[in-house]
Amino acid sequence: MVKQLTVISGKGGTGKTTITSSFAALAENVVIADCDVDAADMHLVLHPDTFETNDFYGLKVASINKNMCVGCGNCATSCRFEAIGRYNVIDVYKCEGCAVCEYVCPVNAISMVEKKSGEYYCSHTRFGPLVHAKLGIGEEASGKLVSDVRRRASELASEAGSDMILIDGPPGTGCAVIAAITGTDLVLAVTEPTVSGIHDLERVIGVAQHFRIPVVVCINKYDINVELSHTISAYCKNNGICVVGMLPYNRIPVDAMVEGKSVMEYKENVFSSMIRSMWFEVSGRLLK
Amino acid sequence: MKIAIASGKGGTGKTTVAVNLALALGNAQLLDCDVEEPNCNLFLGFDLKKQEDVIITVPEVDSHKCSLCGKCAEFCQYNAIAKLPRSIMLFPKLCHGCGGCVLVCPENAITEKKRSIGIIEKGTNEYFNTELLQGTLNIGEPMASPVIRQLQAHIDESTVAIIDSPPGTACPVITSVAEMDYCVLVTEPTPFGLNDLILAVDVVRQLGVQFGVVINRHGIGDGKVEEYCRAEKIPILMKIPDDREIAVLYSKGIPFVEQMPLWKENFRELYRYICKFISYQGGF
Repeated sequence: MVKQLTVISGKGGTGKTTITSSFAALAENVVIADCDVDAADMHLVLHPDTFETNDFYGLKVASINKNMCVGCGNCATSCRFEAIGRYNVIDVYKCEGCAVCEYVCPVNAISMVEKKSGEYYCSHTRFGPLVHAKLGIGEEASGKLVSDVRRRASELASEAGSDMILIDGPPGTGCAVIAAITGTDLVLAVTEPTVSGIHDLERVIGVAQHFRIPVVVCINKYDINVELSHTISAYCKNNGICVVGMLPYNRIPVDAMVEGKSVMEYKENVFSSMIRSMWFEVSGRLLK
Repeated sequence: MKIAIASGKGGTGKTTVAVNLALALGNAQLLDCDVEEPNCNLFLGFDLKKQEDVIITVPEVDSHKCSLCGKCAEFCQYNAIAKLPRSIMLFPKLCHGCGGCVLVCPENAITEKKRSIGIIEKGTNEYFNTELLQGTLNIGEPMASPVIRQLQAHIDESTVAIIDSPPGTACPVITSVAEMDYCVLVTEPTPFGLNDLILAVDVVRQLGVQFGVVINRHGIGDGKVEEYCRAEKIPILMKIPDDREIAVLYSKGIPFVEQMPLWKENFRELYRYICKFISYQGGF
């Protein structure tokens, strides 16, 4: 059975990709999925060599045939998303593809059209196969694209007989995050000891628990505010959540990033040994 | 004047810039549109009062009237309705509230009821002379955009509104940034920061919103972000240094303009620049 680990963080910029790419370097026989489809970063470290590109179609959008339109305005008054403006022009950013306008149009001037709203890719990397994506600007269905990325990653994992899928999740608590964690075996929430870090951690743990997925926590930059790090540890302990790692504030991740390397490949450093022990802890839980 | 603070990715300092800019100006509205994780008030500590629920409508099926024709399930683009052999099953969280199922039901068996997916809160503070409006999406709810839309309905056109946008480039960001007068993109001088800045620039250009860049944690990483901005003729509005004092104040939830008065002046200068830029319609 392929095990799935999703790395998330309530707040962005806490070091998800740094940790996921390091885990990818440590793992054997793994498939990596970059599910931060809004702002995918993993490729900057993994330098993928793409062997497959797939078009992603999200929701359809309405299109009005001007020659047939009689200007009755039924579509505009029926649209709940205010996506149809004056002169019956459709605002594609507001259209949610519900097809109500198509239904109410008395002269069949409106049709729902397929719209390519992104791409997803399969690539070779030095750590194993990577599935990653690019969502078109302002596209709605990021959760659906995340699901597609995960589905393709599962297929690759079973083809290759991999025992783990490593998922770099998106920030937040909304549709993309829900799509990235549903059905996974473990969630690693990365946080930092700041007032916003704690706040977002609580919310994202809430999401994981809402979907009944086990969570462990990593506190990054713990020494920037030791007191708050203690508060986070205590919070986790009280909620039966294990803190699997505490990483110091250090410029190594940025320096490694500038060189396009994972922290594990960036000369011997304090950081890498800590990530290694965190990996043993996390993979031990996952594979047991 | 409506100014959005955005960035391709999270953690670059959007909230920091939004809060400090609002405080430096005073007499401003600050709207926290990062409704998946509203953080502005962690730095302000205002006493927030609930204004309203964010309501979307979801269908309700009267099983006595329903003939199980399945037209509603067929019509629904979001898979929020499924037809089972003996009943209609609803998935309220997938529902976008378009009302289509009500229209297509030949038996008039579907009505709509209201469902709350989040709340809007407001707080003011005389000392800070700022009004904060915050939207919060309930845990486990997928759709952020309706909360953002409802929050933005509170914008007071007669003053300055600073909008703290969510991260990314997807629908919630578009909802936040479209129809703004100016957009400040916050980034970090690293390869990740540059990658995400390029995505964000793509967004604001497509929306036709005027924009400039604030570089946060200046001093780390490399010089590629500045090179990119120069090549693309994007104004760099401000550089905030990678300063331990700022980082520590941030970790404690203290807006740094409160402790470092020079920065109050810098943020006012930033605002004056934006005003001038807009009044020349972007054509200096």
